[in-house]
Amino acid sequence: MNRLLLNKVILILSTLSAVVGISFLFWILATLTYKGISALHLSTFTNDLVEGGIRNLLVGQFTMALIASAIAVPIGMFAGIWLREYSNQSRLASVIRNLSDVMMSAPSIVIGVFVYALFVAPFGSYNGFAGIIALTIMMIPIIISTTDNMLALVPKELREAGIALGGSKHKIILQIVIKAAKVGITTGVLLSFARIIGETAPLLFTSANNQFFTMDLTGQFPSLTVSIYNLATYPDEASRELAWAASFVLTAIVLVINLTGRYMTRNKK
Amino acid sequence: MGGRLFKNFSFFSATLSFFILIGIFSILLTYAQDSIHEFGLDFLGSEVWEADEDDEELGVFGGFIPVVGTMLSTIIAMVIATPLAMGIAIFLTEIAHKRLIKPVSIAIELLAAIPSIIYGMWGLFYFAPIVQSTFGGQGVGLLTAGIVLAIMIIPFMAAITRDSMNTVPDVLKESAYAMGATKFEVIKDVVMPYAKGGIIGSIILALGRALGETMAVAFLIGSVMQIPSKITDPTTSIPVLLANNFAEAQGLEMSSMYYLALILFVVSFAIISVAKFYFLGKKVK
Repeated sequence: MNRLLLNKVILILSTLSAVVGISFLFWILATLTYKGISALHLSTFTNDLVEGGIRNLLVGQFTMALIASAIAVPIGMFAGIWLREYSNQSRLASVIRNLSDVMMSAPSIVIGVFVYALFVAPFGSYNGFAGIIALTIMMIPIIISTTDNMLALVPKELREAGIALGGSKHKIILQIVIKAAKVGITTGVLLSFARIIGETAPLLFTSANNQFFTMDLTGQFPSLTVSIYNLATYPDEASRELAWAASFVLTAIVLVINLTGRYMTRNKK
Repeated sequence: MGGRLFKNFSFFSATLSFFILIGIFSILLTYAQDSIHEFGLDFLGSEVWEADEDDEELGVFGGFIPVVGTMLSTIIAMVIATPLAMGIAIFLTEIAHKRLIKPVSIAIELLAAIPSIIYGMWGLFYFAPIVQSTFGGQGVGLLTAGIVLAIMIIPFMAAITRDSMNTVPDVLKESAYAMGATKFEVIKDVVMPYAKGGIIGSIILALGRALGETMAVAFLIGSVMQIPSKITDPTTSIPVLLANNFAEAQGLEMSSMYYLALILFVVSFAIISVAKFYFLGKKVK
């Protein structure tokens, strides 16, 4: 084939791939908006699942994701701080860094199975704590890698200036280095929160689900995503409608948090 | 004083991910013990999955069908996703106008942010019927699961490929252009070889993702314990079998579920490690 023609064909195919990718995004979003909004009523937000609403599910999902973040963010940040500020880039540090990367890609269903064995089976019942632990395990490696990468961007001179002022190492880290990396880390936290709030697989047999409003973390705990999975497979139209409404709300939440995170880093420049 | 505490807690946090990984491996191995003893490696070649009629704690269990289902759906996804992801990466690095790069990148990244359960819902009600009318079959099955899986891993693959293509020094490309090379020739002979490690790494990482994907596949693969004879046939995969049947299983069946989870965990661990260490390098900035 003529090399100029071949060039053109490949360039057109590449452009088409981008068009295909974007079309799927809009197709999915359009479907969700169309099916979701028509199924959404004010009562969807004020009723619990048992009355055909998603109030308890939203509260449950947020409760689990927020508590998981409250545990995972400090642990992940401390780990990232150790990797970047204390480890002197030792062999151990590179092992930990790599293992944490591997953990980030571990199948979420396997994490569910693991947490089931440790925190559900011994107690004989699904519970909210187990769901929180599963989400925490998913979130920690993401926070580690964000913190690690963001701290790497902080110029050495800032640390040196701190040392010259006579600051102790942990004060320099807390008051100078972390402050300089604040925006990047916050973005990472928001993106990982957006990721875990949409997770289903790790919750299926840890928190499971609950039709009623509850704040009792020792029993089955309401979950928006697990409910979507259940509702979508029921044969009746009302359940499916509710599944669409819930999917729309979930996607809106995830995308808004995700975009907020991205917007923050963009503003910094 | 506070400094030491701070440092020690940091160190403890850093080692935690190591212990969690060891914990996952040993728990899965422990609980899979009964099944491993009973079936050994033949587990992988046996198609039977049946609890004993008289005693629910016993039975004969083999992982062949879910293992094959996982592999086939992943292969279909990779075959579709790889060229599209490469195309998108090429578009973003070499073709797109400056003003287009940002919005297209964001759109592709949002595609990655959509929760997998949403892909499942949408796939089941909107995409499966299209597959059914085009290729026949029942709508749900290997092909539908594979295509939707492909859409899910494209953004991920495209992003890493784009990043490694962006590392190609302009000087190299410019010298090729100066020799009269077309854009495609520059991509094929300069960009691709230079970014090879990152590209192969991204493909393997995406493979790891596809293997472990649960919710979208659970909606779309049909969840039937049978060996598919056509590409449109329903079957099941390891994550889907776990998602649907893990909680109700007992005794030896439960142990076999742990065995499957262990296989999935070890295989993804191996795949991700190969991608990270061989191809993507240890990027210590």
